[in-house]
Amino acid sequence: MSSPKTLFEKVWEDHIVLQETGSPAILYVDLHLVHEVTSPQAFAGLEQKGLSVSRPERTVATMDHSTPTLPGSLAELDGAGAAQLRRLEQNCARHGIPLYPWGDAQQGIVHVIGPELGLTQPGMTIVCGDSHTSTHGAFGALAFGIGTSEVEHVLATQSLLQHRPKTFEISIDGRLPFGVTAKDLILALIAEMGIDAGTGHVFEYRGEAIRALDMEARMTVCNMSIEAGARAGMIAPDETTFEYLAGRRFAPKGRDWDRALERWRDLPSDAGANFDRRFTLDASRLSPMITYGTNPGMGIAIDGVVPEPESLPASEERQALQKALEYMQLEPGQPLEGQPIDVVFIGSCTNARLSDLRLAAELLEGERIAEGIRMLVVPGSESVRNRAEAEGLDTVFLAAGAEWRRAGCSMCLAMNGDRLGRGEYAVSTTNRNFQGRQGPGGRTFLASPLTAAASAISGKISDPRPLLARRRAR
Amino acid sequence: MKRVQFNRLTSHVAPLLMDDVDTDQIIPARYLKVTDKQGLGEGLFAEWRYDRQGNTDPEFALNLSQAQGAEILLVGRNFGCGSSREHAVWALLAKGIRVVIAQSFADIFRGNALKNGLLVVQIGQSVHAKLAEMVVAAPSTEVTVDLASQELLIPDLGGVQFAIDEFSKRCLIEGLDSLGYLLSAETHIRKYEASHE
Repeated sequence: MSSPKTLFEKVWEDHIVLQETGSPAILYVDLHLVHEVTSPQAFAGLEQKGLSVSRPERTVATMDHSTPTLPGSLAELDGAGAAQLRRLEQNCARHGIPLYPWGDAQQGIVHVIGPELGLTQPGMTIVCGDSHTSTHGAFGALAFGIGTSEVEHVLATQSLLQHRPKTFEISIDGRLPFGVTAKDLILALIAEMGIDAGTGHVFEYRGEAIRALDMEARMTVCNMSIEAGARAGMIAPDETTFEYLAGRRFAPKGRDWDRALERWRDLPSDAGANFDRRFTLDASRLSPMITYGTNPGMGIAIDGVVPEPESLPASEERQALQKALEYMQLEPGQPLEGQPIDVVFIGSCTNARLSDLRLAAELLEGERIAEGIRMLVVPGSESVRNRAEAEGLDTVFLAAGAEWRRAGCSMCLAMNGDRLGRGEYAVSTTNRNFQGRQGPGGRTFLASPLTAAASAISGKISDPRPLLARRRAR
Repeated sequence: MKRVQFNRLTSHVAPLLMDDVDTDQIIPARYLKVTDKQGLGEGLFAEWRYDRQGNTDPEFALNLSQAQGAEILLVGRNFGCGSSREHAVWALLAKGIRVVIAQSFADIFRGNALKNGLLVVQIGQSVHAKLAEMVVAAPSTEVTVDLASQELLIPDLGGVQFAIDEFSKRCLIEGLDSLGYLLSAETHIRKYEASHE
């Protein structure tokens, strides 16, 4: 009987091609996801060296970062953005890589389409030149972001050089209270742990609260693992996972499905498996979260107040908080509830799946967003958009005064022209509130789709629970 | 497959004494609309280096005269967190930075740096504090980074050891692209694929 292993160890060990002394492991990559921003230099490097793509059938590309979210506006995209999209098209054509281009019915944010097409499966190794690749860990895959040099490595060899990360068990006990979502859970976790707590580690999220989440909520949690510094975040596959995957386009079928299920059921960490570090959080005491600063760890419960720099122990921390509050133009000790805002953005690989849009629409139905508020709803994929429209969610958003857009990363990182104006405040369902992330001089409050929708209606940061309670009482 | 070699370097130090500098700050997304690695130096720390009119902000640490020509950048902890964009490393190199000294680095940034010949050196808090104090008080202070002996030579502090994995060290000293190692393992990769069909 071999010693008990964690989920991570099982996936890692199953993908080791070679481990020589004095060298990192060579890790095989099952699925390589590609987008337009971090790949052109990798393809160029490949061609300079006279190499070809080793396994185009294990590579999938889409366009998401620079794509317009208004129909028919590719021509309006600046020359550089359009050139990047064209280059991806050429590279994929030349190397036989399947591409879901702008305008395609399956196009969307790379971390939204992978799971929805059934490409993302338990036990796989998945990489992409994008830090939010951690999203796919929700299926019990080992999925992490890589740089462009590594994109070139994977294109050329379908493998990567990796030092073995350490393991970190994140136990989330209890149940999420009413009106508190997966986004609040992960924001609370990052606020408690700090944004570099996970450096060098792979998280495994476990416990009652995690088991109770549906797949889309699990993706929201794993998506932001990188914001706590973790290399990846994983959740053991279970019936919820299998139910989500069954029948999806690229999921195994028939006897292959049965065989896959057998393998996948062996993946969860064994009883008594050892983790290098552990952290525990009680989900039942969480509230909706909102960030006040310029990194995702600067978050508080929505009824809390902005921390006082004097309350922090280290002078570096005090300075960092002061600098963040100066940028955000917020006062220490002030409550965030009631803070006027200019923009609400619902979108991104964190919170733009159908369940996220449903939550927002539940609050917005029959309401109008406040005077002067600009609200963008950008579905995570064209498939999400089509399904949302089939349910009439687009009508709810449009009737409320929001803009209903095509799929893409959009205002999460403001590469495609959707951006905040200088000094504008936004409640955003995205993953990063870094300075200027959503547009130079823009100020971001990260929150859940519920909090974003409630804030759009009132025109200021608002606790979604009272409105949600009224809705559900009907 | 020759890359930039790194062996030993002596330079004065540009201090950017902040923690958690994310790659969106090192190079904002609007500078990523390129298909090559040219011109990225322009975008380095763009939010901080320039004022709203696009003029150089004379107060930003890297715009101070003491920072000019420095090949070593001294930062706080968790440098390079956030986005995986390798453009951050290319932008630093384009501006002549060859070594970043920090209390800690984010994982993806560390990997990206070492693959491009940008040496990342992690040092403990007390040495970091002394070095920071020294380069702020005496901007002309020169530090030598010796990769072979894995040592920083700091005036008054002497030699300070730093860790680096054997493989990255070998690649840096010999100027090797680590892709070469992967390509040389092709038989092993094919064998793995055959056994995992």
